[in-house]
Amino acid sequence: MPVVTFREAVAEVLREEMRRDPRIFLLGEDIVDYGGTYGVTRGFAEEFGEKRVKDTPIAESVIIGAAVGAAMGGLRPVAELMNINFAMQAMDQIVNSAAKVRYMFGGQTSAPVVIRTAGGSGVQLAATHSQNFEVYFAHMPGLKVAIPATPKDAKGLLTTCIRGEDPVLFVEHAALYGTRGEVPEGELLIPLGQAEVKRAGKDLTLISYSRMLLLVLEAASRLGKEGIEAEVVDLRSLRPLDVATIVTSVRKTNRALIVEEDWYSFGVGAEVAARIQEEAFDDLDAPVMRVAVEEVPLPYAKNLEKLAIPNVDRIIAGVKRLLGR
Amino acid sequence: MADAAVTAKGIPRDVDKPAAVDLLRQMLLIRNFEDKAAEMYAKGKIGGFLHLYNGEEAVAVGAISVLRKEDLVVTHYRDHGHALAKGSDPGRCMAELFGKATGLCKGKGGSMHFCDASVGILGGYAIVAGHLPLATGLAFAFQYQGKDNVVLCFFGDGATNGGDFHEALNLSSLWKLPVVFICENNLYGMGTALRKASALLDIHKKAAAYDMPGERVDGMDVFAVREATARAVAAARAGEGPTLLEALCYRFRGHSMADPVLYRGKEEEHVWRARDPITTLRARLEAEGVLSTEEYEALEREVTTRIEEAVRFAEGSPEPAPEELYTDVYARP
Repeated sequence: MPVVTFREAVAEVLREEMRRDPRIFLLGEDIVDYGGTYGVTRGFAEEFGEKRVKDTPIAESVIIGAAVGAAMGGLRPVAELMNINFAMQAMDQIVNSAAKVRYMFGGQTSAPVVIRTAGGSGVQLAATHSQNFEVYFAHMPGLKVAIPATPKDAKGLLTTCIRGEDPVLFVEHAALYGTRGEVPEGELLIPLGQAEVKRAGKDLTLISYSRMLLLVLEAASRLGKEGIEAEVVDLRSLRPLDVATIVTSVRKTNRALIVEEDWYSFGVGAEVAARIQEEAFDDLDAPVMRVAVEEVPLPYAKNLEKLAIPNVDRIIAGVKRLLGR
Repeated sequence: MADAAVTAKGIPRDVDKPAAVDLLRQMLLIRNFEDKAAEMYAKGKIGGFLHLYNGEEAVAVGAISVLRKEDLVVTHYRDHGHALAKGSDPGRCMAELFGKATGLCKGKGGSMHFCDASVGILGGYAIVAGHLPLATGLAFAFQYQGKDNVVLCFFGDGATNGGDFHEALNLSSLWKLPVVFICENNLYGMGTALRKASALLDIHKKAAAYDMPGERVDGMDVFAVREATARAVAAARAGEGPTLLEALCYRFRGHSMADPVLYRGKEEEHVWRARDPITTLRARLEAEGVLSTEEYEALEREVTTRIEEAVRFAEGSPEPAPEELYTDVYARP
């Protein structure tokens, strides 16, 4: 199986799907000459022309609003929101237009728009550029939220999103673009709402997604050397959320720790913990616990930023706390 | 400008007698629909907010009269008039207000979210200015597909002070999209007078910021609206890009049924009511010998009957089935 980067996997899906379906077009800031901030669309304008690869003003609301309108008009837009921190500028279009036009119009219209955006923190960008807002969008019925951690999942999930009929926020962690992994050649479709057990274990379940998965896998590997066998579940999409896979794992291990790169309060971890307690309370040997970002706006200073974001040591400490060791 | 409708004479050459009478018929239909909706709201048959279009009928009817069936209209929360002018069935409109399964949106949208894809009404939107980007995108879809259709986008004066107005007009002009932006300037954003909300009172002049044509038109004169929209639509079809039209008009009722209208003077209302787009059009048609008193009365009876049928249809329709709560959230459940 070929080994490719996360960036290459995403670009390859976009290229293949654009060749397959002439209704697909890309729009976003700096995606033509610049090739996108993270270089995903480099060379696309040369291959597909500027009719299908469109630079926009730095105006996120109309980028998403126009994508929704174009989708209602029969096209298949893939909009690039340079950075999820800027999604607030497009919040109304995402939650009131993209997520609602099907329901409030009684099924007469739909907005099959894919919003690709980069998330993530940890590179000293300070308070306004280090946020993980995916949970804001996972809160919203009518939207879907996919958030892959590996090149293979990026390929399979993005293909599904582009061919789907619903609006999706597709979150690519900026620090994952250069990571490598095996990706099957040819068509790959991974349905949203299917979490994956990335590592089997019996002593506890570590639940995570996006870049935190890599840290969790490293923590699990180190714990394995101490005789602690952690099972690792990758959510892969937040809406729909695969509660069944989570609960199956927790019933087996009887303990759960959620690791997330967003704030502790009201985050993905809170939701997952509640679901586990609703569906597997009798199987729990300990309270469901969380490792999350400290409750502060992210600081610039390197040492302070490191203290704010979960790392492998904190995950291991969390596991030991959960196991009472 | 303010006296244009009063002094205007005759019927434009391109409007034949049946077409002129039909414009009046549509305006009467909207007026009757709105009055009946107010009555039904007072009786508790209609819930939520109800924003009525009385006084502004000439804008929707005049502008939409130049469209083809395949052209699209997107509009705001004061949307009943646009749907009726584009050809939506009054019964299904009333049923939507009643929250019935036979409503335009199966009872899920209500007054502020009329949508009737079968006639090209792609929605009323209730977040001020939020739909302007959608109109931009719909127009882009026409351009991308090589079709010469256009999108008419209606909004109020209040919307022109929101950020989406700027973003949508800028992108539409930049990409030369086939969209006509029609501002229904009724002088009030909810209860706040335009002069208290907009640094520039001549809304059509905002077009200059986007290098697109901007024009003010008498929104109480259906022929004036029609003529200006026809020019803008022709330019859009020809690939010349968008136009901003400002139709000066007046909201005869309050912002919504909950509004006691304490913020504007009776004298002002009196001046505008004297320019009622329906009575002035009737007078013009009668003066031209196009319409007799008997014919007008027959028109009124016809419209009244249609609205009574619409209410009967709405009242007799079932509520949505409980399982409809969960449909249409996603393409597949």
